[in-house]
Amino acid sequence: MAQDVTFRVETRTPAARIAGIAALICIVVLFALPAFASRSLIQDLFFILTMLVLAQFWNLLAGYGGLVSVGQQAFVGFGAYAMFGAAILWGLDPVLAIPLAGVAALLLAVPTAFFVFRLQGAYFAIGTWVVAEVVRLSVAQWRAVGGGSGTSLPRDVIGDMLGLALVQDLFGVRAAAARDILAYWLAVILAVLTIGGIYWLLRTKRGLALASVRDNVEAAKSLGVDALRMKWLVFLTSAFGTGVAGALIYLQKGRISPDAAFSVTDWTAIVIFIVVIGGIGTIEGPIIGVLIFFALQSVFAGYGTWYLMLLGAFGIVIMLFAPRGLWGLFSDKTGIQLFPIRRRLIVTGQDGATIREKDNG
Amino acid sequence: MMWIDTLVQGVLLGGLYALFAAGLSLVFGIMRLVNLAHGDLIVLGAYVILIIVSALGLNPFLAALVALPIMFTIGWVLQRVVLNRVLGEDILPPLLVTFGLSVVIQNALMQGYSADSQRLRPGPIESASLDLGVVTVGVMPLLTFASAVVVIVALNQLFYRTALGRAFRATSDDPVTAQLMGIKPASVFAMATGIAMIVVTIAAMYLGMRANFDPTIGPARLIYAFEAVIIGGLGSLWGTLVGGVIIGVAQTVGAAINLEWQILAGHVAFLVVLAFRPRGLFPRAND
Repeated sequence: MAQDVTFRVETRTPAARIAGIAALICIVVLFALPAFASRSLIQDLFFILTMLVLAQFWNLLAGYGGLVSVGQQAFVGFGAYAMFGAAILWGLDPVLAIPLAGVAALLLAVPTAFFVFRLQGAYFAIGTWVVAEVVRLSVAQWRAVGGGSGTSLPRDVIGDMLGLALVQDLFGVRAAAARDILAYWLAVILAVLTIGGIYWLLRTKRGLALASVRDNVEAAKSLGVDALRMKWLVFLTSAFGTGVAGALIYLQKGRISPDAAFSVTDWTAIVIFIVVIGGIGTIEGPIIGVLIFFALQSVFAGYGTWYLMLLGAFGIVIMLFAPRGLWGLFSDKTGIQLFPIRRRLIVTGQDGATIREKDNG
Repeated sequence: MMWIDTLVQGVLLGGLYALFAAGLSLVFGIMRLVNLAHGDLIVLGAYVILIIVSALGLNPFLAALVALPIMFTIGWVLQRVVLNRVLGEDILPPLLVTFGLSVVIQNALMQGYSADSQRLRPGPIESASLDLGVVTVGVMPLLTFASAVVVIVALNQLFYRTALGRAFRATSDDPVTAQLMGIKPASVFAMATGIAMIVVTIAAMYLGMRANFDPTIGPARLIYAFEAVIIGGLGSLWGTLVGGVIIGVAQTVGAAINLEWQILAGHVAFLVVLAFRPRGLFPRAND
């Protein structure tokens, strides 16, 4: 009997198939949106998408890699400044400078990792924060990009941006609106690549190794997983993606200063709460979280920093009573996973009937 | 001459940083909890003292005395109600909860007291100085440093000479066995955080008298405190004082070269120690 049995490893679920189709429709709609939507909606969506990208990369770090960083603003700011530097000093097209910003963030991540990987757990967190402060204070000394008070992208650099004329002709809008649309499209591409890339990574052998390191370092090591290498992989990947997102955010803003670009509240605290509230360790979580964050921010827009206080308090409550976040609660109740990465062993007999399914984390 | 003065000022500044760090070190030593809201709790302490000063018209020193039981209670309740729930193997929950607390405290103070700078005014002692021949030092910095030494001596005495200290050490080493001996970790932890908040109040008083403060300066104080703890080596309170002094001296020397390098120089000193002595100058605990 035993030789008639075949084994298959599957990650797909019916919900995921529907989610895949929905995601495709969603992407098409997002791309087509500038044709109908108002400029403010495009700006809001740009903000949501870029925060989503930051949240996905922080989630990769902390939720999958177990590296709780509170210093991601180092890579946001450094990426943004690299883009400004390349555009102002070398006259490089800012759109083309965006991938370069990712590389700059990656290069910063190497010495950063050298220092912070010496620190464990919570001390790692504050260590990344110190590095971010060092980078902020150093960049504030860089006179060519405005020192401590910051600078703007020069008018001619903005005007000649790659694809800007095309967008202007296409929609018949002014340069400033065209820049928003261009930045928005880039944000859609970045968000799709980020979610797709992280989903792909988690489903490869490396993703399995990553999950094993997160769940139990010693057990993973005993099975031959190089834990330190996985940490490096996650840290460098996140730095690259965060740097790219930072450059894109400041391409749209057009003006930069060290205090804003290296803000721990804007680029790390909010991002962390988005992930925690939505559900850490899932791809769906940050998507839910970013929508909740945006709703809170919009509702309390006229009341100063109340939304931040509420966001923080909400994050604490979630951590205390539902540590797997809102998506975790939903997923536990319904069993639905839109981006399944859980490998299930399916054992089938000769007649093709499924004998049993086994969950295999 | 100027360099001796710079060095002395740096050492005295280090006393303030050691005061920032002592509470952090105490809590970490006993329950392996790193409180990311530590800096904001110091700033909160400064506001509590400020409120007492303006409500009762007291001198900041007396106001801090009134603030002590209030801050102790805040710490005790915080540990009992919130932080005890998140202690455990996983480091993520305590980190995120204290990070949330940091954001909540900062923005609550911002809403209540705006971003305006505040100051605690102790009176004529503020500008008094002592002529030591080679250098002239301010009475306030000297008092700050002396307080840091007194706090560290007192904490060491508490740790190694009292029943409560024994309970602290026992729970820190092995909470399960400590429980068998009739110690309740939940109460011990609440007590420890309460005591840490007493140190925080002392630190807050000197912070408020030394310079202006506003709701946003907490995180930077947390970072200085953290650097002092790591440089000194985890688990050593005297090491923390040395760490504070190193940060203080690095900052004043950096500022003497170029005023904009003050904070940067402190961070660089920390990174240098981390590169060559990753476990700090006086490592003791095995964590």
